[in-house]
Amino acid sequence: MAMPANLISPAAPARWQDFLLLMKPRVMSLVIFTAITGMASSNHPINPILASVSILCIAVGAGASASLNMWYDADIDAKMRRTRGRPVPAGRVQGADALALGVILSLFSVMLLGMTVNWLAAGLLAFTIFFYAVVYTMWLKRSTPQNIVIGGLAGALPPVIGWAAATGTTPLNAWLLCAIIFMWTPPHFWALSLYTSEDYEKAGVPMMPVTAGAASTRKQILIYSLLFTPLCLVPAFTGLGGKPYLSVAVLGGAVFLILAWRIFRSRAGDAADPRQDDGLYDVKAAAKDARNLFAFSILYLTLLFATLLAEHVLGVSPIIAPGVFG
Amino acid sequence: MSDPVRDTELEAKARQGRNIALALGLVLFVILVFIVTVTHLKGNVIERPL
Repeated sequence: MAMPANLISPAAPARWQDFLLLMKPRVMSLVIFTAITGMASSNHPINPILASVSILCIAVGAGASASLNMWYDADIDAKMRRTRGRPVPAGRVQGADALALGVILSLFSVMLLGMTVNWLAAGLLAFTIFFYAVVYTMWLKRSTPQNIVIGGLAGALPPVIGWAAATGTTPLNAWLLCAIIFMWTPPHFWALSLYTSEDYEKAGVPMMPVTAGAASTRKQILIYSLLFTPLCLVPAFTGLGGKPYLSVAVLGGAVFLILAWRIFRSRAGDAADPRQDDGLYDVKAAAKDARNLFAFSILYLTLLFATLLAEHVLGVSPIIAPGVFG
Repeated sequence: MSDPVRDTELEAKARQGRNIALALGLVLFVILVFIVTVTHLKGNVIERPL
């Protein structure tokens, strides 16, 4: 819930850069990248100006939902090391200003996308903002350990919006890109939460390691990885990906599974056991396994989407024709 | 102890930066809407019945 104004300590005055930070520029860059990939994968000609406006609207919409998230989660952010420097908990920006920025940019991005490109893309963008800001931030995040599993849909939708902006439709291949990001989210975030669970516990966020324990989280990371990696191969058989994509998916998927298996066998997320002399060392070593999967998961998803993007820009033929999928 | 003069200067500088950023954002938005409008009009103007 948003922090009352009197709990925020006075700090340096808000600079324009603080308002940019409210929009989570790093997340925004990932959204732009996946939306462009969705747009390019549709193989549908689109006016470059309208394509640029679409991507801008999707990026601003993502920034708007991030700003709403920063407003509502200021109390949680203030308790966690990773997030306490954010503009609202640090006191540089008032919560009401973050809320205003989020609402105004949401309206502008959705209306502009609808009026200039098409209303299917605009509707999907509006749904994405609503899902992230209301369903995930205000409801799921504080109430269930499945928060990032279900909430992951918001982060998975940008390629579908990009595809819809280019074509006015959302065929199965667009939803396949969405499914890949959706299934990637749990192992990615749970790997992170294994070595930051103390922060989440302190903030009262029911992340999986906090509620179900580290061992259960490690098992679920492995299960989701076993589902995610074969799913990454599917685009090669639905007319979306070519041979380069299949190679990246197979090789990267193998590494992903190895890293997920290492986490499963490790003690990542376990508290240090004072009865063991080498307990602290074990925990540090295990945290390394969690960090490795977290870092590689970003690289793997980037490589998958970059390969798809390159294939469609360079005109590399898919292994089979899209047929009913495209 | 805080220096009220210095704080005011800092605030004024920050406010000026925010105002410039907001003005630039609005100008860019107007230019964007103009360009998109022309893009949409272009085909229709050529194809309109005379």
